[in-house]
Amino acid sequence: MNTLILRTVAPVLTALMLLFSVFVLLRGHNEPGGGFIGGLIAASALAIYGIAFGVGAVRRALRFHPMAIAGCGLMLATVSGLVSILFGVPFMTGLWIYPEILGVEVPLATVMSFDVGVYLVVVGAIISIALALEQEPGLPERSDGKTGGED
Amino acid sequence: MAAPSSTPADLSAALVLTPPPLADWLVVLPVALMIALGAALMMIRKSVRWHGPIAISGLVLLVLLDLGLLWRVSVHGPVTMVMGRWLPPFGIAFTADLLGAAMALAAAVAALAAGIFALADIDAGGRRYGFFPFLMLLMAGVSGAFLTGDIFNLYVWFEVLLISSFGLIILGSEPEQIDGALKYAILNLVGTTLFLIAIGYLYAVFGTLNMADIARKAVGLRDTAPLVTLTALFVLAFAMKAAAFPVNFWLPASYHTPRIVVSALFGGLLTKVGIYALIRVAIMLFPVEREALSLVIAVSAALTMMAGALGALAQDDIRRLVGYLVIAGIGNMLAGVAIGTPAAVSGAILYALHSMATMTALYFVAGEAARLGGGSWSLAALGGIYRRAPWFSAASFLLFLAAAGLPPLSGLWPKVALLKASLDIGAWWLGAAILVSAFLVTVSLARVFLLAYWRPQPGLTGAGADGSAAAGGWRMSLPLGLLTALVVFFGLMPEPLLDLTQRAATGLADPAAYVQSVFPTSAQKGGVP
Repeated sequence: MNTLILRTVAPVLTALMLLFSVFVLLRGHNEPGGGFIGGLIAASALAIYGIAFGVGAVRRALRFHPMAIAGCGLMLATVSGLVSILFGVPFMTGLWIYPEILGVEVPLATVMSFDVGVYLVVVGAIISIALALEQEPGLPERSDGKTGGED
Repeated sequence: MAAPSSTPADLSAALVLTPPPLADWLVVLPVALMIALGAALMMIRKSVRWHGPIAISGLVLLVLLDLGLLWRVSVHGPVTMVMGRWLPPFGIAFTADLLGAAMALAAAVAALAAGIFALADIDAGGRRYGFFPFLMLLMAGVSGAFLTGDIFNLYVWFEVLLISSFGLIILGSEPEQIDGALKYAILNLVGTTLFLIAIGYLYAVFGTLNMADIARKAVGLRDTAPLVTLTALFVLAFAMKAAAFPVNFWLPASYHTPRIVVSALFGGLLTKVGIYALIRVAIMLFPVEREALSLVIAVSAALTMMAGALGALAQDDIRRLVGYLVIAGIGNMLAGVAIGTPAAVSGAILYALHSMATMTALYFVAGEAARLGGGSWSLAALGGIYRRAPWFSAASFLLFLAAAGLPPLSGLWPKVALLKASLDIGAWWLGAAILVSAFLVTVSLARVFLLAYWRPQPGLTGAGADGSAAAGGWRMSLPLGLLTALVVFFGLMPEPLLDLTQRAATGLADPAAYVQSVFPTSAQKGGVP
């Protein structure tokens, strides 16, 4: 879409929404939010970017193929579940560590890494669909890997 | 938020506090392994040359894990692990009994064979499209469905395997495939939705989704709750998945469209997941209600057998023909569910295991026969295979005998068991249906052998008849040989398998051990929570 307003606003909006999606993701442990909704917000941010600047720009900005991102998230979620084999507790048990980062105690958990995995799966899968739909008709899907650059 | 210090609350009421033995992980690892490998292959989706080796070694590992699980279950009884340490029924339980473990192992073997076959059958384009990641995720869904002990979780694994199968069925994106995929997708989504509705209904009645919990609570609820309606909904939903008679039309309309190895996977595995779920729900959870529906299921079983056998007889396309054979087999398994005695259920389980190997192999045979016999799927055009590839023809012949249920192959024993079980309860017409359908299947496969193997290829004479025989190489002959060897072995030595399925069926008829594995204390107190 070629309107000046959208093109001006889109980068700012995308950045803000991506930041917000991370906020929602981290907030999700105790309050409304989480990996799924965070991933949806991030995917819509990238979709707006795609509407303003085209599919190629999003693919370049992502660096990785959306499906690779989804795969990475799935892997992270699975590994978060499997970590508990080392601690003698059943699959997918939440395990916590409390490192001091810059003088602040930061609770980290496999629950959180699982949620980050969900976030990545949702971003990857939804953006993959969105980009396929935004793609100029006539261009085969296969060619986008080449125009997209990185891989 | 969990606090760093330990809380004073009594955790033993909510959490599993004893560390699970390492061997219990065998019930989760098949699924976790397949998901992790599927994810890894998605991450390297462009480096297709790595897909094959990673996927094959993963499938070998899956077979070993399932073997270990089956051994463990067979020695120590059902194995349970609850997710996230929460005690059942709140924590989602993975419970493997003999039925689940045996089915998971058979599925893993069939998938390994298909994975090796795919090395030759799926070209670089198909691999870039994501054949191997889809295969891994399909196996995650199939293994999850066999190993879960929670009925909503079963639904989730159904979805996982469905989504992966959608990806596999349109591999190549030809118009014909899209057409087949659409029929497949819509019917399966309707089936899954019915399943979901039934689960919602069940949750409203029982207030639990854990299968062991349902099994023990059903006794007390039988007088008041509408359990027959519930069971009927489940039976309909699973019959759709399994392609039983009135709702079987989607299978022949779609299974011939994808690549042959995908057809092999679907024909070998997916309908059997439906049968497994049906056995689990109808035999273990609601045996009394199944009794009430027995006649309906039996009639549907007989009609499924006849529809499958007659359809196979009428087909010209060998892929469609094998699709109808899958349906005929489903009819046999359904007969076992309809009769419902341990002997009959044992026959149905045995048939399912046999069918996983045989149907997968028969699709391989169809693919190879089409390649060797002149590049057509039509029986009218095929010919001269016996002359070109005698070894392949011998393997096909054995598999044909197995599919028809003739001795000395593995198809005989489940049919004998089912026939005896149906005569034992006086359902002579069901026994007659088993025999007639077996006869018709024999005729239809004899027709294939006669036309495609013995007859010289139409329009081709003399020297040209000896074409490129073994172009497929080991990647095609190894999986076919592996499955044929299994079929022959268990045809000649059925004892261990018969013993296994009988114990599995007994465990379903009296799920005390299953319940005990999920609720170790309460079962000792007498089964009431």
